[in-house]
Amino acid sequence: MKITVQAWRQSSPTSAGEFVSYPVDNVSEDMSFFEMMDKLNNNLIRQGKDPISFDHDCREGICGTCGIMINGRAHGPLKGVTSCQLHMRSFKDGETLVVEPWRANSFPVIRDLVVDRSSFDRVMESGGYVSVNTGGVPDANATPILKNDVDLAFDAAACIGCGACVATCKNSSAMLFVGAKVTQYALLPQGQVERKNRVSNMVAQMDIEGFGNCTNTSACEVECPKEISVENIARLNREFLKASF
Amino acid sequence: MTLNSKIPEGSVSQKWTNHKFGIKLVNPANKRKYDVIVVGTGLAGGAAAATMAELGYNVKAFSYHESPRRAHSIAAQGGINAAKNYPNDGDSIYRLFYDTVKGGDYRARESNVYRLAEVSNHIIDQCVAQGVPFAREYGGLLDNRSFGGAQVSRTFYARGQTGQQLLLGVYSSLVRQMNTGKVEFFPRHDMLDVVKVDGKARGIITRNLVTGEITSHSAHAVILATGGYGNVFYLSTNAMASNVTASWRAHKQGAYFANPCFTQIHPTCIPVSSDQQSKLTLMSESLRNDGRVWVPKKQGDDRNPKDISEDERDYYLERLYPSFGNLVPRDVASRRAKEMCDKGHGVGPTKLAVYLDFEDVMQRNGKDWVSEKYGNLFDMYKQITGENPYETPMKIYPAVHYTMGGLWVDYNLMSTVPGLHILGEANFSDHGANRLGASALMQGLADGYFIIPYTIGDYLARGGLQDINSSHEAFKTAEKNIQTNLEKMMAIKGTKTVDDIHKELGKIMWEYVGMARNKEGLNKALDLIPQLREEFWSNVSIPGGLNEFNPELEKASRLADFLELGELMARDALNREESCGGHFREEYQTSENEAKRNDNDFAYVAAWEFKGANNKPELHKEDLIFDEVGLTTRSYK
Repeated sequence: MKITVQAWRQSSPTSAGEFVSYPVDNVSEDMSFFEMMDKLNNNLIRQGKDPISFDHDCREGICGTCGIMINGRAHGPLKGVTSCQLHMRSFKDGETLVVEPWRANSFPVIRDLVVDRSSFDRVMESGGYVSVNTGGVPDANATPILKNDVDLAFDAAACIGCGACVATCKNSSAMLFVGAKVTQYALLPQGQVERKNRVSNMVAQMDIEGFGNCTNTSACEVECPKEISVENIARLNREFLKASF
Repeated sequence: MTLNSKIPEGSVSQKWTNHKFGIKLVNPANKRKYDVIVVGTGLAGGAAAATMAELGYNVKAFSYHESPRRAHSIAAQGGINAAKNYPNDGDSIYRLFYDTVKGGDYRARESNVYRLAEVSNHIIDQCVAQGVPFAREYGGLLDNRSFGGAQVSRTFYARGQTGQQLLLGVYSSLVRQMNTGKVEFFPRHDMLDVVKVDGKARGIITRNLVTGEITSHSAHAVILATGGYGNVFYLSTNAMASNVTASWRAHKQGAYFANPCFTQIHPTCIPVSSDQQSKLTLMSESLRNDGRVWVPKKQGDDRNPKDISEDERDYYLERLYPSFGNLVPRDVASRRAKEMCDKGHGVGPTKLAVYLDFEDVMQRNGKDWVSEKYGNLFDMYKQITGENPYETPMKIYPAVHYTMGGLWVDYNLMSTVPGLHILGEANFSDHGANRLGASALMQGLADGYFIIPYTIGDYLARGGLQDINSSHEAFKTAEKNIQTNLEKMMAIKGTKTVDDIHKELGKIMWEYVGMARNKEGLNKALDLIPQLREEFWSNVSIPGGLNEFNPELEKASRLADFLELGELMARDALNREESCGGHFREEYQTSENEAKRNDNDFAYVAAWEFKGANNKPELHKEDLIFDEVGLTTRSYK
């Protein structure tokens, strides 16, 4: 296959960026999207040019490090898949791929396709935990939990924190991310004690970080590589309201 | 220097209890006077950082990731072992201990393994209290499953994403402490050296990966929890950035490297498909609970697997090991897969694969049942290979997955450099020559939550630490050396990319220091690796600048260390003239092609001391004493 990559190039957080086109020849269908990018980067280095920076690590869809807008879609054209799990068989010979970083004020660009998502960590710091110290906890089977509740909590906890929800949202809202964490703890007995404070604090921090609000387009659910449901946003709203009284 | 493992007196079941009572304590009001540096914030490092902060220490935690939630612990799929015996099937702390020592082919330290089994139950309690959504039965209690190398069901799991859920549990404890200010977190920081003052580890030098700034950080003690070094093989199931740099730089500062040749080759990975491949993907070992491994009886049989009838298939693990069947330990399963392919029974386009078939279980329990248990793994397989495992058997082949070797530590998890502690995969202590499935998560969390928080207090309470800060001369010198070294690397401006050279190193390692090793091949590796290292230092090309975000420079700096480590691995494998666990020397095997241990001459930990760049390392031996578990030939038949 022959592919053209039209990549966003930006050398530092404050410099202006631009799109630059690069041809990539001899791309095989079995290559992953990032292996194609590796090939392009190695070509650029051999030509004495700067390679395109992008974040990636586990390359098996679980660490949440990668995240690229490909042809205007977060993590590319497939459903339920991260950028690193995308394979070139999903594209056509001769296709041009427009690759961009996540675009949101709360995720400033570091370089090229790499963004700073530390705002997510700060939201988590504000309440994304159960306040138990190590040791001195009850036996793991002391509290039975409904299987259905655990399964739902797990569905929410499967969030990898990649930021695709924010990147794809026209309001740059982080409510799917926050809703998923609030849901996990709201459904489990361990999360009950801090239930109200947690949701209030996390929503407050979300606002401080400059994330927008949800206007129910559900784009986040469509693009989430872990297919986290917008039901979690509904639950976030309910939890937030309940905590206000 | 003689190695003192500091194993406490007493019976194996009393050692940890006695030791905890015997060690010195830092009183609660004094803990805030101590600073501790933790490098690496995966399961082991993150758990240690959070727990020590809860105790009152001032913790500075470093990661090359942007967030602790990105650590590669997150990719562990199958589960975590504990001796809870919830299923009432005969498990106990002693049995978990016994299985782990045996599974490690008698090359682990009994006392450490017993302690690991002892604290395993607390880990599960802790994780549940944090809100980790482990799998449960309809009655609301926790579910267990079985795993390779065990005949009881002791593995707790959260679908196929146990590592993710445990790491997010650790992360939650850690962010809670970041919020209180007791943990200061440094994201995107690479540790490039350990700094010693008066012979004791007192800090580290880091490079800020965004700005390129080189900075010193001082503390009263340093903890490395920086993972394994499987990426020396280029292709492995490790994340792309996983590296040996922190461990290797510590090694050069005097920390002995133990059993570097003990590498785990995991039997169930998606086979290599092209030379452009950048990494390999694991399919959880839990699949062997319900999947059956087979190859065609006829060599070179390339028919569709559906057309190969039952009597034309060789379920070789069930045939060779009737009592463990498909659940033999990883080293055995990997070696047998290689053997079948070497004999011409391999399948798929490269003939380097065997089938893992779910037809039986689908007929027995239905597709929904399989999907509930393994859905995410099946999806992942389909996404990578384009084949649907609900319809056709998976093709799998062994791949580098975990390194049992690592920096040598005593019972307190302290290396041969006083004050420098090593946790998790980065140390060598618990898995011997082969790690059992679902034991890595257990060890990481045991070290971080329940061991180091006790043992580090003993070190700190003994005092004798000078009052210094990062403006001390030792830090300035170290910073300068790092700077010079990086400048030298940038100035090479050769013709090969970092990836080019890393791939070449990977080929040498896989060919000669991989699944089966022999004297001739290892000597060849000892010739080739220094040549490649020479080529790196004269011909690598690193674009960009020093003082900016530069991923190629990060990779180059890590590769430079892999190029030194690879040589030590080959040397260690050459020295160990026996086969044990994941270390298979072709010269030492039984008539049935099983590993042949030599307990008379090699029942020791090989701990290597760095003697300078151009000198051979010196071997130190820690004899392994087995009081509890009789040394027998491991049999899974």
